[in-house]
Amino acid sequence: MATEADAHSEGGLVFHPLDQFIVKPLFGEGPVAWYTPTNVTLWMFIGLACIVGVFALGSRGRAIIPTRLQSIGELIYGFIYKMVEDVTGKDGVKYFPYIMTLFVFILFANYLALLPMSYSPTSMIAVTAILGFGVFIAVTILGFVKNGAAFLGLFWMSDAPAILRPIIAVIEVISYFVRPVSHSIRLAGNIMAGHAVIKVFAGFAALTLVSPVAILGITAIYGLEVLVAGIQAYVFTILTCVYLKDALHPAH
Amino acid sequence: MATETHEAVGACVDAGGSALGMPQLCADWIPNQIFWLLITLAAIYFVMSRIALPRIGAVLAERSGTITNDIAAAEELKNKAAEAEATYEKALVDARAEAQAIVAAAKADIQAELDVELQKADAQIAAKTAESEAAIAEIRAGAVKSVTQVAKDTAKELVNAMGGTADAKTVTAAVTARMKG
Repeated sequence: MATEADAHSEGGLVFHPLDQFIVKPLFGEGPVAWYTPTNVTLWMFIGLACIVGVFALGSRGRAIIPTRLQSIGELIYGFIYKMVEDVTGKDGVKYFPYIMTLFVFILFANYLALLPMSYSPTSMIAVTAILGFGVFIAVTILGFVKNGAAFLGLFWMSDAPAILRPIIAVIEVISYFVRPVSHSIRLAGNIMAGHAVIKVFAGFAALTLVSPVAILGITAIYGLEVLVAGIQAYVFTILTCVYLKDALHPAH
Repeated sequence: MATETHEAVGACVDAGGSALGMPQLCADWIPNQIFWLLITLAAIYFVMSRIALPRIGAVLAERSGTITNDIAAAEELKNKAAEAEATYEKALVDARAEAQAIVAAAKADIQAELDVELQKADAQIAAKTAESEAAIAEIRAGAVKSVTQVAKDTAKELVNAMGGTADAKTVTAAVTARMKG
């Protein structure tokens, strides 16, 4: 315990790359109960405020010739709408609001997390697991409601050789249940790793000898993270669309 | 000592405020994140499905409708312009044909008038010619008579001058015979 405290006061080469993910109460000290407003709450609500600003307030004018904010909203709307329509088909369009909700939440959380001193809710496995398992459970229920037992045809490759079909079915079932895990870990892992790596480089920046390299490294990783933030939001959304397509049209 | 500290600031943070292990896996914090995530998602879903998405969808539909209408209107105007041009061309052709008809009619009129005048003039000329011929014939007849008279008289006088007695009848006969010959 004493050595750790020394390391804090020393101000030398200290690495605490994961400290940025600590959940703290917004007001006062003390334990974090399930209802306590925390820094997670704050940054989720900042994201919510930005989303309301862009999509609700930005489109308030209902202008035929859009304002800048409105055209951003229209661009994202058109992008996700086309994705849902292309991947899931016409009958998937009625789930568009939920997919849009997921996309904008992840997109805004990822980009707001790139601000210095900010918090990244999408780096928390608890958050992405709720998103991922939410999609998984919803899609599975939807698949059975829409197709009944025919939904199990998703696991039965009718065009494979008869001997291989049971083996493929086992593999398909396993891969189906791994989906939500990979779906959520992919997002949290990418965001967490990027932010942790930036902190590690920042720790090296305290050494005069390597600080120019460290700062260049921070810049490069930051640029990469800007890409990752957008790509991970896109990947999460398009995978949601693919899973939804499997639920609506289980036949291979 | 360590356990005491942990109880004070939470199970996942050490005395210096640093994370113990991964904060992502700290069980104390998970319900809190889930609770606020669900609230945030519900709020985003509400704003999106009730306000933002219908509004943006309506704007996009209205815009594409406006564009379609404008294109249709432009098409209509283009057709109208083509129609007007066709009408203009037709009017031009009509006017040209009418002008040609007027020119032809005027030419015919002039020709008819000219013909009448020419006939009149020809008739006048013919009348004048006939008159002149009659006059010339008269003059010629008068001249022949005079010459005959002169020849008779001269012949009589010559006969007289030569000492003969000129019988008037003989002389006349002789002169007439001579003149015929």
